[in-house]
Amino acid sequence: MSKTPEKKITALVVDDEDLARLVLRELIQTHPEIEVLAECGNGFEAVKAVAEHKPNLIFLDVQMPRLSGFDVLELIGTDTAVIFVTAYDQYAMRAFEVHAVDYLLKPVGRDRFEAALERAKSRMGEKLPPAPDLAAAARPPKQFLERIVVRDGSRVTLIPVRKLDYAEAQDDYVALASEGKKHLKQQTIASLEACLDPEQFVRVHRSYVVNFEKVVRIEPYGKDSRLAILSDGARLPVSKAGYARLKILLDQRS
Amino acid sequence: MHPLLTPINRYGFYLLAWTPLAGILDYLLAVPGHLGWLDATVLVLPLCLIYQFVCLSAWYMCKAAPLRGGSFLRIRLTHLVAAVVISLLWIEFARLLAYVLSETAPFRGLDERFAPQVPVLFGVGFLFYLLSVAAHYVILAIEESRQAEARALETSILARDAELKALKAQVNPHFLFNSLNSISALTSVDPVKAREMCILLAEFLRMTLGLGEKTSVPLLEELSLLHRYLAIEKVRFGSRLLMEEDLQQISSSLQLPPLLLQPLIENAVTHGIANLPEGGTVRLSGHSHNGRVQLAIENTFDPDSTPMRKGGLGLRNVRERLEARYGKDANMRVSTENGIFRVNLSFPVDTQEVKN
Repeated sequence: MSKTPEKKITALVVDDEDLARLVLRELIQTHPEIEVLAECGNGFEAVKAVAEHKPNLIFLDVQMPRLSGFDVLELIGTDTAVIFVTAYDQYAMRAFEVHAVDYLLKPVGRDRFEAALERAKSRMGEKLPPAPDLAAAARPPKQFLERIVVRDGSRVTLIPVRKLDYAEAQDDYVALASEGKKHLKQQTIASLEACLDPEQFVRVHRSYVVNFEKVVRIEPYGKDSRLAILSDGARLPVSKAGYARLKILLDQRS
Repeated sequence: MHPLLTPINRYGFYLLAWTPLAGILDYLLAVPGHLGWLDATVLVLPLCLIYQFVCLSAWYMCKAAPLRGGSFLRIRLTHLVAAVVISLLWIEFARLLAYVLSETAPFRGLDERFAPQVPVLFGVGFLFYLLSVAAHYVILAIEESRQAEARALETSILARDAELKALKAQVNPHFLFNSLNSISALTSVDPVKAREMCILLAEFLRMTLGLGEKTSVPLLEELSLLHRYLAIEKVRFGSRLLMEEDLQQISSSLQLPPLLLQPLIENAVTHGIANLPEGGTVRLSGHSHNGRVQLAIENTFDPDSTPMRKGGLGLRNVRERLEARYGKDANMRVSTENGIFRVNLSFPVDTQEVKN
């Protein structure tokens, strides 16, 4: 009986270090069923290459300039199988374990590589855990998001959180208001709120998270609710519970 | 030892505090007690001299019945009983004193004139003793808080010592594993370079281990450690990492705390260059002037993706070690402008150590 030929796998290798990509390439070479479509030296290239080549599998380095591996995952969605590669990051490693994501440790050895590949193959087609959750789990305790990555078509924008005025929930998306522009991102507002420093960002309403620094004043509005006026003139509804949260922060600061 | 007896001038203050109390007692006996100033004073002086001493015993009672722990009722009862007993003893002594004095000509009949004042004296003794108890509790509380402060200071010093030791002995695991990965890549494509890098890494590790035990090293030694570190990182980052050095005007035998510059250079690489897709430059420069050394470590960085870490662990450690070594004479400034992250160090030239 002849063995059915293994399905071809298209792959992407993403790492900012030439030598690290070289190791992975060597290891992959012994697997004729894997075809490396492209190698990327940074996250931007990776996002572009994914959109262009639609690979089945990505070897993704975690620590890269500007866009980390987690950022890339956030931008490309969770449909492609990913094997993360990291040198040493105890929090990222724990996050991979908790979320059962495949990962390799540098220096990458043959045995671990084969095992991770087998596992990735067997799970191909499954969805990965949501990237923001994974990234949040990989952040050291008490550290919060420093910037938000947003993709608009093929353009990637980085919004430093200090420049974020507020976020508004819109169905499955959040609209991020920053410097007079609004950016849409597929994420729930609760998941975004969990990544932000609670001493800077307040959930003032079911649908709104506001940057405390940008609030100029609070005005009464209607019977039980209020309005938060931001420095750029934006007016956001503030619920009763939201006002209570704002007050706690206000008391802490004064 | 009793806190009011040592040092001796503290006892002087205590006696001074007693003077108005003795005055009050004198007045009570002389005017409302109809004894007259002479009779009253002749009694009050020895009585107060004795009693101020007796009241010091409250210290031991207070220590035996601390306010924290033990029921409040019991503490109150203890001191009330003590106050009654001591006051009773005191008035007995007063009676004896009046009796003895009344045997002498000028004070004849003093014991009889004094007898109606005994309850007054008891009340005063009772109150004075309780006053002393209160004062001693205050002293106890002050002492306790002082001890707690000293303990806190001690633990913070110990913690810092431990932290510094840890820093000296520590090699960033991220750096180590990445370097090993580079070596593993080189083994197949460039075995000679792989071996070179093994040697570099080994030398770097050996120097780090050795430096941790010294209190100061010549600049030359710190530099050779830095050069190895950068040579290793250069293999990883390739053309992305550029290095400039301008230390012509500094004596290479200048002494400085070991591993003072290494964490700063490592910061510059891992937080600066590593975050730039196109790479950047790390620049080390310095000069010495008027017995002071000025060193500057600069690197290009990406303000958008690298958060300003003025309080980062590496920076804090360097600052603390400078402070521990030079106190207020050392100065460390962190600044950013136009995409350049800069750390300025300034500290006195250690002349004593330059000699050996």
